Amino acid sequence: MNVQGYEKRQLLEFYSTMYKIRKFEEEVFELYKQGLMPGLAHTYVGEEAIATGACNAIEKGKDYVASTHRGHGHLIASGADLSKMMAEILGKKTGYCKGKGGSMHVVSLENNILGANGIVGGGIPLATGAAYTSKLKNTGQVTLSFFGDAATNQGTFHESLNMAAAWKLPVVYIIENNQFGISVSIKRVTAIKDLAERAKAYGMPGVVVDGNNVIEVYEKVKEAVELARKGEGPTLIECKTYRFRGHHVGDPGIEYRLQEEIEEWKAKCPIKRLKEALINNSIATEDDIKNIERDVDKQIEEAVEFAKQSPYPEPSEAFEDLFV
Amino acid sequence: MREITYAQAICEALDEEMARDENVILLGEDVGIIGGNFKTSVGLYKKYGEWRVKDTPISESGFTGLALGAAITGLRPVVEIMFSDFMAVCFDQIINQIAKIRYMSGGQVKVPLTIRTPIGGGRSSAAQHSQSLQALVAHIPGLKVVLPSTAEEAKGLLKTAIREDNPVVFMEHKMEYNKKYLVPEGEYTIPFGKARIAREGSDITIVATSSMVMKSLDAAKELEKDGIETEIIDIRTIVPLDKETIVKSVIKTGKLLIVDEGHIRCGIGAEIAMSVLDDVFYDLDLPIQRMGTENVPLPFSPALEFPLIPDAKKIYQKVKQMM
Repeated sequence: MNVQGYEKRQLLEFYSTMYKIRKFEEEVFELYKQGLMPGLAHTYVGEEAIATGACNAIEKGKDYVASTHRGHGHLIASGADLSKMMAEILGKKTGYCKGKGGSMHVVSLENNILGANGIVGGGIPLATGAAYTSKLKNTGQVTLSFFGDAATNQGTFHESLNMAAAWKLPVVYIIENNQFGISVSIKRVTAIKDLAERAKAYGMPGVVVDGNNVIEVYEKVKEAVELARKGEGPTLIECKTYRFRGHHVGDPGIEYRLQEEIEEWKAKCPIKRLKEALINNSIATEDDIKNIERDVDKQIEEAVEFAKQSPYPEPSEAFEDLFV
Repeated sequence: MREITYAQAICEALDEEMARDENVILLGEDVGIIGGNFKTSVGLYKKYGEWRVKDTPISESGFTGLALGAAITGLRPVVEIMFSDFMAVCFDQIINQIAKIRYMSGGQVKVPLTIRTPIGGGRSSAAQHSQSLQALVAHIPGLKVVLPSTAEEAKGLLKTAIREDNPVVFMEHKMEYNKKYLVPEGEYTIPFGKARIAREGSDITIVATSSMVMKSLDAAKELEKDGIETEIIDIRTIVPLDKETIVKSVIKTGKLLIVDEGHIRCGIGAEIAMSVLDDVFYDLDLPIQRMGTENVPLPFSPALEFPLIPDAKKIYQKVKQMM
């Protein structure tokens, strides 16, 4: 991993964010196991470099982010409030959506996060529409549209990329290719090796990135964001990665994957790789890293505590927020 | 008042709202250069430019979802889905995204989005271009559902729909587009959830939607000759539903017939009947009756199609049976 030319502050920020996502997801898993979390959640463990690299390549709070069912990482990397997120995941009144959305539907408008989405590929047109507003109003904003490899086989992917390219909309499409749609390997249902190749069919640049390398993700997304901001239209970026856990917290994820494959990817852990680069290049010491981790651990602990202590919504609140 | 077509009335509503608010945009298939498949946006492309009147690819999911993204980031889009049958192509966007995002987000976002789409049979368009799918959308919490009858109604209700901060499915009747109606000059809007008494009468109440209002009025003229005074309620909006006006009328007449062009099964008739039943039960002279399109797909041949859809003659006969 080449960290040359980066300020220590920024690299530590990357590390802190990735670690925060990992730790948050591990807590979510714990809460699930303890029976404290209603329903399910899809964790982002192993994919942290993508949200971290991409969301740091935009202007937070100005540009838009449209997320997926596996969306905690995008929210955290965009600066969302951990307590409000955790409260939402536990179905509490103090959550971002007052307990109405849960893990799969966290929206934080104050962070310009247009929502996670429970439908695979369902949020791609929405992201494209946000870019349409930016184009029409000439605001200079860019939208990041995240989705998984499986979403690229949905019609909404095709329809959205086609329109965005035809109209040169300021949007960057980011495939988080963790190689599985629930249990089905992308290789079993798709003939091409690199999904980014599809970009050519729409008339936009397609880029393949090592999704476990935060620096590479950051640089490629930054280039795409600059193109979009200049009015040169969308880019499709495929980040190759792997989810360490199953599809959701209740899925061990081992029936359809080889243990060796899981181990191989765990060895490419994006957090470990950045840590090694920081230490090997004498940018940070083990102590610096420990300090960051301690600070994050405390934040997560506070978020969990806040969520646990928060009240559930009253049943009557189910009838609120339908219409303006 | 002056006489214009229903399509012109829609066009005027769009034009006035686009002039009033620069955030209003229109998008859909063929809405631009040719002014819409049913000529409901003639001249708007020239007047407002290609970014506010956008000809889209034939990608209903894509552009309907795009409109949602635009709506939650500051625009006020009007989407035209060329036939209500094509809503089926983008039902994820309508049902799971547009209807849900405000609620799922705990009220963080507003969705000022209008979906305009024509319903109705009667022009030999066969099974995929003739459906009246209002019951399907009215079933989904989070959508307002509007069914204008005349050109005057269409214009006033569309202007209200566009100004709404909630998603509205606005269903126009394709057999009305070329018909001429008297429409007031100048600016006016018609509120949602307020039914219109299209004809006063004391013998029976007919609650009708969309073009069934005009068919019921035609039937009422014949019924009058037989000494039957029909009260006709143009319900205007299914969501929200003006129960009060219906109940008041049925208490007066003691008889209720509901006429909607959607299929009878699980339809608007059943919904309205059960919505008012508790309040009118002891005032009814006979059970509530409903009319709608028979429960088969609409066939191509007029010889097959027309008998399946309610018309003035069938309404007349039904009312006679109820007397």
